[in-house]
Amino acid sequence: MVRTIYTEDMPLLAIGPAPLELNALVAALGDRGGADGAVVTFLGLVRNHNAGRQVQHLEYEAFEPLALKAFARIVGELQERWPGARVALHHRIGRLGVGEASIAIAVAAAHRGEAYGACRYVIERVKQIAPIWKREFFEGGDVWIEGATADPEDAQARAEAERVACA
Amino acid sequence: MRVTVRLFARLRDIAGAAELTRDVAQGATIRSVWRQLAGEYPELVQYERSISSAVNADYARMDQVLSDGDEVAFLPPVSGG
Repeated sequence: MVRTIYTEDMPLLAIGPAPLELNALVAALGDRGGADGAVVTFLGLVRNHNAGRQVQHLEYEAFEPLALKAFARIVGELQERWPGARVALHHRIGRLGVGEASIAIAVAAAHRGEAYGACRYVIERVKQIAPIWKREFFEGGDVWIEGATADPEDAQARAEAERVACA
Repeated sequence: MRVTVRLFARLRDIAGAAELTRDVAQGATIRSVWRQLAGEYPELVQYERSISSAVNADYARMDQVLSDGDEVAFLPPVSGG
């Protein structure tokens, strides 16, 4: 049973430089005695192009203690909307080459609809509020990518994440 | 009183340091620390309306009053994922 290999010491929420292992996240969710009907996973990858630039690599940095709190907050929010869903979320930091995974998410739930919705919600909220930044190195220069102002209390942003998740 | 300031991403590049310590007046808020830094590093001014902040690794509002020894973090717009 592949799903039981990694369960020891595999945290549900993590941030660090180690390469991401999706199977480990799925295993960390456990199997809840057969009550799950779906696991949805998401891997975010370093793309070789962005805004017309040829991307060579990315460097991610994070305010790690706050990022972990942000992840826990996102899981709490999600369980208000999808009460049975369980989440594993790992984000990588440091230097990542094209094609490498920067974020891995696994969500287990009784039904596929909630698993898909909750998984999408997690990635949308990470992009909105997690204190993580990427610096893009491209042919001819580098630039910090700056997206959303991180405000976890912004109800409009949260509603937008939920809207996208349920679209 | 004295506070520690943590800076990330481009804010760190602008200030040339990831961590600073600053003496601030009793009753200082996060915003007043930010304005003090922006006075020292004018390039920070452009972030006045887009930063968010944390105190002792918890999200905080800019009008929060600080205590001696607090660690204040300034977060430019985020881009994780």
